[in-house]
Amino acid sequence: MLRMYDRLGFAAAVFLYVRKRLRPMIRLSNVQKTYPARRGNDAHAALRGIDLDIAAGEIVGVIGRSGAGKSTLIRCINLLERPTSGSVIVDGAEVTTLSKRDLPLFRRQLGMVFQHFNLLSSRTVYGNIALPLELAGASKAEIAAAVDPLLPLVGLDDKRDRYPAELSGGQKQRVGIARALSSNPKVLLCDEVTSALDPETTRQILTLLKDINKRLGLTMVVITHEMAVVKALCDRVAVMDRGVIVEEGNVSSIFANPVHATTQSLLADEFMEFRAGTDAATDADASATISDGQEG
Amino acid sequence: MLTTLAPILLQATWETLYMVGVSLFLATTLGLPLGVLLATSGRGELLEAPLFQKLIGPIVNATRSVPFIILAVAIIPFTRLIVGTSIGTSAAIVPLTVAAIPFIARIIEGAIREVDSGLTEAAQAMGARPLQVVTKVLLPEALPGIIHGLTLTAVTLIGYSAMVGAVGAGGLGDLGIRYGYQRFRPDVMALVVVTLIVVVQAVQMFGDRLARKADKRNI
Repeated sequence: MLRMYDRLGFAAAVFLYVRKRLRPMIRLSNVQKTYPARRGNDAHAALRGIDLDIAAGEIVGVIGRSGAGKSTLIRCINLLERPTSGSVIVDGAEVTTLSKRDLPLFRRQLGMVFQHFNLLSSRTVYGNIALPLELAGASKAEIAAAVDPLLPLVGLDDKRDRYPAELSGGQKQRVGIARALSSNPKVLLCDEVTSALDPETTRQILTLLKDINKRLGLTMVVITHEMAVVKALCDRVAVMDRGVIVEEGNVSSIFANPVHATTQSLLADEFMEFRAGTDAATDADASATISDGQEG
Repeated sequence: MLTTLAPILLQATWETLYMVGVSLFLATTLGLPLGVLLATSGRGELLEAPLFQKLIGPIVNATRSVPFIILAVAIIPFTRLIVGTSIGTSAAIVPLTVAAIPFIARIIEGAIREVDSGLTEAAQAMGARPLQVVTKVLLPEALPGIIHGLTLTAVTLIGYSAMVGAVGAGGLGDLGIRYGYQRFRPDVMALVVVTLIVVVQAVQMFGDRLARKADKRNI
């Protein structure tokens, strides 16, 4: 009798474990977003039926040209944008039906990092990283316990009491990442996080994100228009064009065999940049002009 | 001459500072929430209340259109209701406050609208409730602008406080009119003007210093 219960318990545990592993962290089903017509502008369909599953611990890139709808897509995950229709399920819970009261509680489970950092100029590095915890009503001791270990993680031990105006772009983005991590989120949403940074800083930030993913097993959604970012960081990639996902798969297979025209042209950009890089390495004069061009 | 004038001048300066100080405090207390609402109650904004915005905007504009001296006289019944009298320094605080509220509200609205909308978005993404966005993000980030605006209001109020002399309020303006103008004492007038210049200068310097201290955008 006892053994039967044991077996049942074991089976139940296996079932729960398997379900947890199989259940995606984020599931978007037929998500549509249409901006209503406004003075002089027709209605604009930013997302036209997005289906995307993102597994726990996975880094998924969403790549596309500007206007493809990728920023709208990531904002539909934490409901900064409300989808017109479709379903968004995060960690097993439908979130599009959440009330205004419950929405902040849900958002505290997600961290978001922005292209332009969006740090509070009036707060120090420590104060910025502490903000999500303050909003959640954490005590001073709890905040210190969470923030102090984050500073060395993102390499800012010595900048604790500095203001954002005193930091470089890369350092600001490190604060942005630490801030997104401070509330111990399940998912990290990255919106063009390296687009305002120079190539060397970009490389450092991508390494940091990869490292965080490995250490914390954090699920990440990475929006970008650069294939290099996808290559350096992502496990899987979805290519967007005009509000739909046109191609999706493992990064290696997409790079080896791009099918859709958008993917091919994005890869062609990447190849051009690669060529520019090798040229620059052999020709010092050229490197100066090329890097000037990239900054502009 | 100075020995006889000094106590009067001191008294008048004190009255001016008292009127301006108290009305600035009261008007900020009432104008701050009004300014926040003006800046955030539009359609699709943080504390969405379009009807309120449609209603309060014209009222604010109307109050600001009335010349101060007319406002001060027109609201005498209201002043009497609140202070019990319409004459004296304390009574002058009422029209000064009423005039300053919409002024401050617009200034605070402007300072808040200057805050990068990306910060509001970031705060919402962190799970900030609308009021938390106001208190933790918008007001701290707008603080340097708000301090500049309040300094401007203080200086304007010092000017207005000279006019409330007309409704028997005392203060530096009243001293200038009664002694300097009506008794033909140009020396008193000069003294009053110099004192006003010094007071305004001091207020402006104090405000600038405070704003600089609050501003962490350029270190």
